[in-house]
Amino acid sequence: MEDIAAHIMAKYNYWIYVVLMMIGFYAMIGKRNLVKKLLGMNIFQTSIILFFISTGAKKGGSIPILDKYAALQGAVDVNQVVNPLPHVLMLTAIVVGVSVTGVALAVMQRIYRKYGTLEEDEILLKIENE
Amino acid sequence: MKSNLHMYVMAVPLLTAFLVNICGRTNRKAIAPLVLGALGFSSLLAIFVLRQTLTFGDLSYTVGGWTPPWGIELLVDPLSALMLLLISGISFLATFAALPCVKRDLEDRQHIFFTLYLILIAGLMGLVLTADAFNLYVMLEITSITTYGLIALGRGRAPLSSFNYIIMGSVAACFYLLGVGYLYLLTGTLNMAHIATYLPALQGSGALATALAFILVGLWIKMAFFPLHGWLPRAYSDAPDGAGLLIAPLMTKVTVYLMVRLMLTFQSPAFPLLSMDVGTLIVWAAAIGIICASSLALGQRNLKLMLTYIIIAEVGYMVGGAWLANEQGMTGALLHIVNDALMTLCLFLAAVAIAYRTGSFHFDSLKGLYRKMPLTMAAFTVGAFAMIGIPPTCGFFSKWYLLLGGIEAGQWQFVVALIFSSLVNAVLFFRIIEIAYFGSLQESEHHGDAITERQEAPWWILSPLALTAVLLIVVGLSTGPLVNNIIRVMIPVSF
Repeated sequence: MEDIAAHIMAKYNYWIYVVLMMIGFYAMIGKRNLVKKLLGMNIFQTSIILFFISTGAKKGGSIPILDKYAALQGAVDVNQVVNPLPHVLMLTAIVVGVSVTGVALAVMQRIYRKYGTLEEDEILLKIENE
Repeated sequence: MKSNLHMYVMAVPLLTAFLVNICGRTNRKAIAPLVLGALGFSSLLAIFVLRQTLTFGDLSYTVGGWTPPWGIELLVDPLSALMLLLISGISFLATFAALPCVKRDLEDRQHIFFTLYLILIAGLMGLVLTADAFNLYVMLEITSITTYGLIALGRGRAPLSSFNYIIMGSVAACFYLLGVGYLYLLTGTLNMAHIATYLPALQGSGALATALAFILVGLWIKMAFFPLHGWLPRAYSDAPDGAGLLIAPLMTKVTVYLMVRLMLTFQSPAFPLLSMDVGTLIVWAAAIGIICASSLALGQRNLKLMLTYIIIAEVGYMVGGAWLANEQGMTGALLHIVNDALMTLCLFLAAVAIAYRTGSFHFDSLKGLYRKMPLTMAAFTVGAFAMIGIPPTCGFFSKWYLLLGGIEAGQWQFVVALIFSSLVNAVLFFRIIEIAYFGSLQESEHHGDAITERQEAPWWILSPLALTAVLLIVVGLSTGPLVNNIIRVMIPVSF
């Protein structure tokens, strides 16, 4: 039992991202309300963003703003600096996530205007009755 | 060779997209010349890029002056130059027919439609050009987001279909991103060719297998590989006619090309990605997918829905062919990407032309069409023959390579699935031909009506349709040079 706990504690950031991802996945697949599906999608995306960010972290690492000349002479210890690349990538991924959410909200608005509800079952019933 | 020529192929539609939005708002007449001009220019440039790559080899452009593997590289080899030409050419042809459809369906929102349309084309070109795994994710999302918007512009239940596509598409993109994250953790780089150099040392690692699995599943959802195809039929058939013309021939095919390119980049004698046991499993999945999707197509009574199920079956052809892991199969898969894009364009153009006159995609409205629209139906018949695989149309040749590959690899289930699907296609299309040829004859005798007048679709739809039908035969007849000069060159000797 202690082994498992130690195992989880050693890589807790990965466990958190997996748990968050599964919550998001469940909401997307299991829920019948469109807003809940969208929220699930956002949780899903956030879990991956957290995963990326956590991979850049280093124990005792400082911010990656360096003196150019010191860096060129090799006077900077890489282990003392946080890896900035995952952060930069995730800035882009956040922008992508926001755009997808925006489009989804706009589409949802059109669905609501047309059917007057955001419950998938009710919408499908109304489509059948048309 | 260093060059920035290929970047302009992508930049022209991207920049024109904003021009269309600004100018089209005040003057609707400006939209058609702008869009057609940009895409025509891109097509000409793409031909030039293809010639350059064939004489000088790969062209490379580094964005912002950061040299690879740190910066983003836009790389074009003969194969991606061919894809570039395919994308620009097909979008150029599709635009002619899209213009009257959009004018009819979305009178006061034409500029919005064509802004999204052009950004989608630029995104597709970016997918083909980029050599950076993360940049690929961004391009994937650019194409997807514009597609969501275009589909949601459709009538009826289009917003709901678009929403389902958004959910599935985002899951796919996240899977791909996660896979890239694992690859970055393992190799410390995002340039695809640079990643490939680290892979042999990582052989047998569980994390690498997970990374590749996430990337593949992500791409499979995007390309609607059976059984991950659920979103495609409704999304593509509910899209406005003008958008369907562009999305249906290109989206799935470009995604298949991405998968093939990743496979070819990562494959090396030291890292035999393709000869892993998983390949057999994927070919089995492809074979089952082809059979199921073909059977589902049989059950449809709506021309557009039927065509979407055929698209899913064709995705099975290409994925299966690529994972056969021999030269014939890979040649067949790559050739089929080109051919299938053209065939799908031809059939969708014909369907749109029919619906433009009859107002419906339902089989019942097809009656007597050979009299009413002889030219449209002639082109439709050529497209149908290509889909079935009757020589000399191009569909026959790629199917031939796929069959040879299947036999060579001893994957008989794939061979059986291919033959089954061809037979089903024959049934599907001859059923339509029968309805369209004989349908009205009996009815008019019954009612004593006069023979209906000729009522062809407008010139804007008819001329690209006729040109595509001719292209199907021309590409079929020039299969030899296409395979020997472009496709075979790109397949590594290692297998």
